[in-house]
Parts: sequence; C-alpha cells; structure tokens
Amino acid sequence: MEIRSEYFADERPETLHEIGQSRPRDDAPGHVTGKTGFFADRTFPDLLHLKMVRSPHHHALIKSIDTSEAERHPGVIRVITAKDVPHNLYTILILIQVGPEDETVLADKKVSWKGEAVVAVVATSERAAHEAAAKVKVDYEVLPAVFDMEEALKPGAPEVNPHHPGNYYEYDSGDHRKVRYGNIEEGFAMADHILEQTYSSSPIEQAPTETTGCIVAPEGNDRFTCYTNTQAMFFTLDNTSIILEMPGHKLHMVGGTVGGGFGGKVDVIVEPIAILAARLTGKPVSFIYSREEEMQISSPRAAEKIVIRDGVMNDGRLVARKVTGYTDAGAYSRHSPYGAQKGAAHYPGPYTVPNVWIDTYCVYTNRTPSSAMRGFGVTIADFALEVQMDKLARLIDMDPLEFRFINAYRDGDIKAHRQPTEGAALIECMQEASKVANWPVAEKYMAMSSAKREI
Amino acid sequence: MAIKRGRGVAAINYPTGMNLGGDPSQALVHSTPTGNFMVSLSSVDLGQGLRQVMSQICAETIGVPTEMVHIDTADTDTGPHCMGTFASRGTHRIGNAVRQAAEEARQVMLEVAAEELEVNASDLETDGTGNIQVKGAPQKSISIFDTALAAHFRRGRSISGRGMFLVQRSYPDTETGAMKPATCYAHACVVADVEVDDETGEVTVLSVKNVYEVGRALNPAMVEQQLVGGSWMGISHALYETTEPYYPDRSHGGTDFIHYLMPGPGDLAETETIVIERPAADGPYGAKGVGEMCANPQIPAVANAIFDAVGVRIDTMPITPERVLRALKAERGAVQSGAA
Repeated sequence: MEIRSEYFADERPETLHEIGQSRPRDDAPGHVTGKTGFFADRTFPDLLHLKMVRSPHHHALIKSIDTSEAERHPGVIRVITAKDVPHNLYTILILIQVGPEDETVLADKKVSWKGEAVVAVVATSERAAHEAAAKVKVDYEVLPAVFDMEEALKPGAPEVNPHHPGNYYEYDSGDHRKVRYGNIEEGFAMADHILEQTYSSSPIEQAPTETTGCIVAPEGNDRFTCYTNTQAMFFTLDNTSIILEMPGHKLHMVGGTVGGGFGGKVDVIVEPIAILAARLTGKPVSFIYSREEEMQISSPRAAEKIVIRDGVMNDGRLVARKVTGYTDAGAYSRHSPYGAQKGAAHYPGPYTVPNVWIDTYCVYTNRTPSSAMRGFGVTIADFALEVQMDKLARLIDMDPLEFRFINAYRDGDIKAHRQPTEGAALIECMQEASKVANWPVAEKYMAMSSAKREI
Repeated sequence: MAIKRGRGVAAINYPTGMNLGGDPSQALVHSTPTGNFMVSLSSVDLGQGLRQVMSQICAETIGVPTEMVHIDTADTDTGPHCMGTFASRGTHRIGNAVRQAAEEARQVMLEVAAEELEVNASDLETDGTGNIQVKGAPQKSISIFDTALAAHFRRGRSISGRGMFLVQRSYPDTETGAMKPATCYAHACVVADVEVDDETGEVTVLSVKNVYEVGRALNPAMVEQQLVGGSWMGISHALYETTEPYYPDRSHGGTDFIHYLMPGPGDLAETETIVIERPAADGPYGAKGVGEMCANPQIPAVANAIFDAVGVRIDTMPITPERVLRALKAERGAVQSGAA
C-alpha cells in the first residue's frame, strides 16, 4: 500500500506521534498462536446444548405441536415452545423506535419461511438435542408462498407477515421512502438520451469463520452471564430484556474477539432463547449455529432489484436520474427497512444531478429474513449505479472515466437529499486511478479539484 | 473461441456511521497509579483490530506511547454503552468518544503535573514518550509515571475522563426526502483487468488497482489489511457468492464452503492499493469509516471489464460462468439471426 500524501496536504497540519504509525497489533500474536479467546472456548461442567426445530415449509399454519416424545428422549432436560417466551413478538430496531414488532422468537400460529424456529430442545449433549428435535411433531397446513418481490406486491398475493399488509414496509412516507429533487420530468424532457436499465442480485452470506452463537451461565445472584459473539452488546442486552421481560440489570453480556461479523451478527437471535433456556433449567446453555444454519438460517444480504432511468446530454452531463429500488426483506423486518432507507439516502451516487427521483421499497417474501451486511443498502446500489455509468458513457461515445469526472460531486454541491457536499474526494481518487492504471484522461480532468470548481 | 481481455472502472463513495445518525458510543479512560491508561468500552472487536486503533487514538491524545494504553471492552458490566460495531462506525464514532475521554484525562494529568512543577497547566506539553514538560523549557519536566503517582497518593486526583459521541438523528422529510444521512464519506476508484473465456464463461480477475480515500490512515498497516480484504470480498461478490443461486427460486442453496463458492488463494487478483487522505472535519484525527466501502467498487469494475472483454452485460449478481455463457449465446444468436 502506498499513501499519496500530495493530495490535500494543506488539510493535514498537525504533527502526530502515534497516529499514522503502523504499530503492530497487540492482538496479532494471540491470533496466530491460537491463544486468543473466543466465546466458544468457555467450558462448564454441566453445559446443556440447544438445538432448534425448524419449519420444513416456506409458509404454513401450525395446527398442533406434540413434544411428548422428544421430552422423553434420553438426555433431554427441557423443550421450549412459544408459550414459554414471555414477550414472543419482537423486532430488533424497536429500540430506536422502528417498529412494528413483527417476528416471533418461536413460531406459534404460522411459519413464514423454510427454516423458521418453532421449538427449542435443550439436552445434555448436542447429539441428544439433535435426536430429540427430530422427534418433535408439528402438524402444518401448507399455505401458498410468494418468493418474487413483484408478485408479492400484487393485490391478492399471499400475505407473508400479518404485521405488513400488502407485503411492504410502511414508512411514514407511505409504502416506500422518497427523495425528490429538482424536476424529474423537465430533466428527461431536456435530455439528449434516456437509458432505463434493471439490475438485480441474489442473497449473499456474510460467511464469518466463526458461526453465530453464545453460551449462557446462570450466576448465584440471579443474574445471567451471556458469552456472545454479537456485534452489538447492548443491542443484544436490551432486546433480550424486552423479549424475556427481565430487568436489564439481571443480564450481563460478555464479548471478546469475534471471528468475523460482516453484519451477520447484528441480529439478536441466539441470545434470548439461550438465556431463557438457562433460566428454565438453571444450567449453563450453549446455542451455536452449525455452518448450515449460518448459511441458510442466519440473515443474508438482501436480494435487490434496482431500476435506473437516466437522462444524459451529448456533452456528458447527467440531467435526470430516477431510481426505483426493491429490497427483499424475506419474512421479517430485522434491519431491512433501515437498509432500504439507506439506499434512498445513497442515490444518485457520488454525482451531482440536478433532477432526481428516488423510491425505495422494503418488500416481504417467504424466504430467510435478510438483514445487515457489509455495505448494507449500498453495495448492490453501487453495482447498479456504476454499471449504468459505464453504459451511459458508451451510449454517448465518451470515455467512462472522463464521463465520471464531468458528473463527480464537489464541495458545496447540493445533494438530492438537500445537504451540501463537504469533504468530497472522488475527483482525486479518479485522478490517481488514471495514473496508477495508466488510463489517460484529458488534462482538464487532471486539473480538477474536489475542493472547488474551476471558473 | 478465445480468452479475451477487458478493463473496467468504477468510482464510489460511502457514508461513515449509521444512516441518519442517532448512534451513540461512549468511552471512559483512567490512569493506573503508575501512569498506564485503561480505556473502558463495550464495543466489539470483530477481528479488524478495533482495540489497536482505540489504543493509538488514546495514546496520541494523552501523549503517551501506544503500549501504555490498554483496552477493556465488550463487557456490559464494565463498559459504557456503544451502539455496536457495524455501519463503518467503529473508528469514527468510538474513536471520537475515546478522544474526548482522553482529552479530559489529559487535562487532569496536566493539572497535577502543573502542581508538582509549580507552573500553569496551560504552559505544559507532552513529549509523546512519557514525559510532561514546560513549553520552551523541556529541562523542566516530570514523567507521567511520577505524575500518576502524585495524583493517586498526594494530590487525591483521579486522572480520568469521559467521552461520548453522538451524531444527532435526522428524520427524512416524507415528501422531499430532505435529510442528513451522514457527516462524512469515504471514496474510491477502482480499475479492474479481467480475462473472459468465451467458451466456458469463466472470468479471471487479473488485477485490481484500488485507490481509496480514507480520511486519515490511523494505522496504515491495518488500513491496508482492511482494504485488501475488502477488495477480495468485492471480487467474490461479483463473481461467486450467493445463498440462492436461482433466486427467486429457493433451491440449490449452499450449506457449506464446498457448495458456497468463494475465490481461493489461487484465484486472487494482483492487488495494488493506493491511499489518499482528506481528513473528515468530525473524524478522530480526521478518520472516516472504510470497513464497508472498500468491498464495493470492485463489483461494478469487474462487471464493466467483462463487457469490455466480450461485449455482454450481466446485470444480475453474481456474474457466474453460467450467466456469462448464456449472455454470449444470446448475443451470438442475435448476431446470427440479424445476419440472416
């Protein structure tokens, strides 16, 4: 790696001692010698193991649950169903007033995705828990399921989640988040060319080395210590407090080094049920996802569909950009309404466009709930935006890099969400890329600056 | 049938911290009797090295070497609230809280040193190696070791500080979408060179030239590890990864790393990393969040390079060999039927 200090040198006046130095990481020797402690390194003599009975159907009513045979299985200490969960209906972001509560910790009336948790089995060994889980009998009435976002939004589509009629998230702005800037129709009317393209993606797994999990130990003073690899200690504590109707002071979350998160450990999934199991049994309980659960049960990055309609002039100026984005939340919200809204804030990308129209939708389908992942709300948007920029450049027979220089945002430019741009540096990144990749652009672009527009 | 080369570019920006703000983090700093400093947090280190960066921020602010600072974190009994480690917020949000706490602790430390030296605290500076000295008269000095001892056992002062950082939450206007999503943005521009086998649809990323603007590289080696890892992840997203290969169909989802593909060591592109620093006005020593943005630009750069190589657009991620081949076949079919 090289730092190109010639850019913005006048904005870095201080003399620093420790900052800017590649001090060796204090934790690196522990990592490479296997001495770093992870949550799963905790051992307790009477540790119990929790395994989940999951829905085999994409969408079904639960007619009845029979746990009697599982309870008799050797090694089983406790079988937990929805009626054991004090506040079974929850949603993670209720802590920052983003509701409604729309997901059950353990399903009671229906399941809305294949893999949804229905019954938790707690046993003295992982094997006994697995075997007993297989003996839980759930009688389902299969319902029609919907997997495609467009189908889900049509009238008469199967209702994925009773808390989201119409299968979309209801923002305060209606069925989608809006950004309106300039006059989009005038922009298209003046454009030399209009290009409308559709982009899409499939769900992606965060794929951390260490799977999601926790170990809970009941303490002598009626508190519970939860060793967890969550990415957010108090998010987990506060949501657990709500779900278990336990005062927060009874809960003690202990993290440490996490074996990779990438957004996959921002949901609060394993801790509440494991703490409940510890409370019900009085024993330490471990609940750790298998790799299969990490891949197909833990929330992935949402699939997205993005339609971009642009108006561009022959001289390279983007004069109108209309974006319609759809985020596939799966069956429950988790963090998806936040992600879809982050997309609305991100468009039209790092470009100054005078006429912008943005609609982003958060759509419910009968699949594994999606949630946070590195680049949340933006990664797929950038794929769509930057492929579109390439197509536009070729449409007007312009060099793709020079086309970006013409439209790049600079300090003081007003963005579509009506904030003035500060601290822009896109121009300089492109200038440096032009040099390092030997992708020449006209001298006037190399003379540009993010800090001020040339006269 | 041939192997064809192509080149593509992409440029992006990325917000630091939770969208629309409202995501607080706190820090507490105190000195031990011998002048080492403990930072108490509840933030989570995901393996990216959060503790190391927080140590350096605290050390810089107090004026001691980094090895004199230790981080006690990820415990809700001992650490003050942190919203969490996500949204590229750790370095910026928690770093700001640590800096504020360290400034308060430094002030107490200087006041104690001033009493010991019988000067004004405002006339004192740290030398960065563990000493406090009078500005312009460095021979008049006291070590931080002796200052901490004096604070504890003679002066009855707690060399400690509280830090809190919160970007006020913004609420989007329902009709116009007027809002303040973030206070600072990182930037990147990437050029990817690829080879595409037009017989198999396989794409090989030969090289990526990654230029990133990061605000301030607080620990350059750690910035590099994050940027290079992110670049790999971007390429992986572009060409390999999905839990639902036939989305929206739910079938054929991988359940392990044999069926969920990612590039292995043999598939790594030659990676060049260039960093530009434009300090963020509200970043700790100018730092922005770069954890997420570094994985984004490779995806469109690779997609654009594939078009440059073989003239087909794959607008659906991931860009698998199957998708490339289907597009090439469709293109050839169109050309043939057009000729006929």
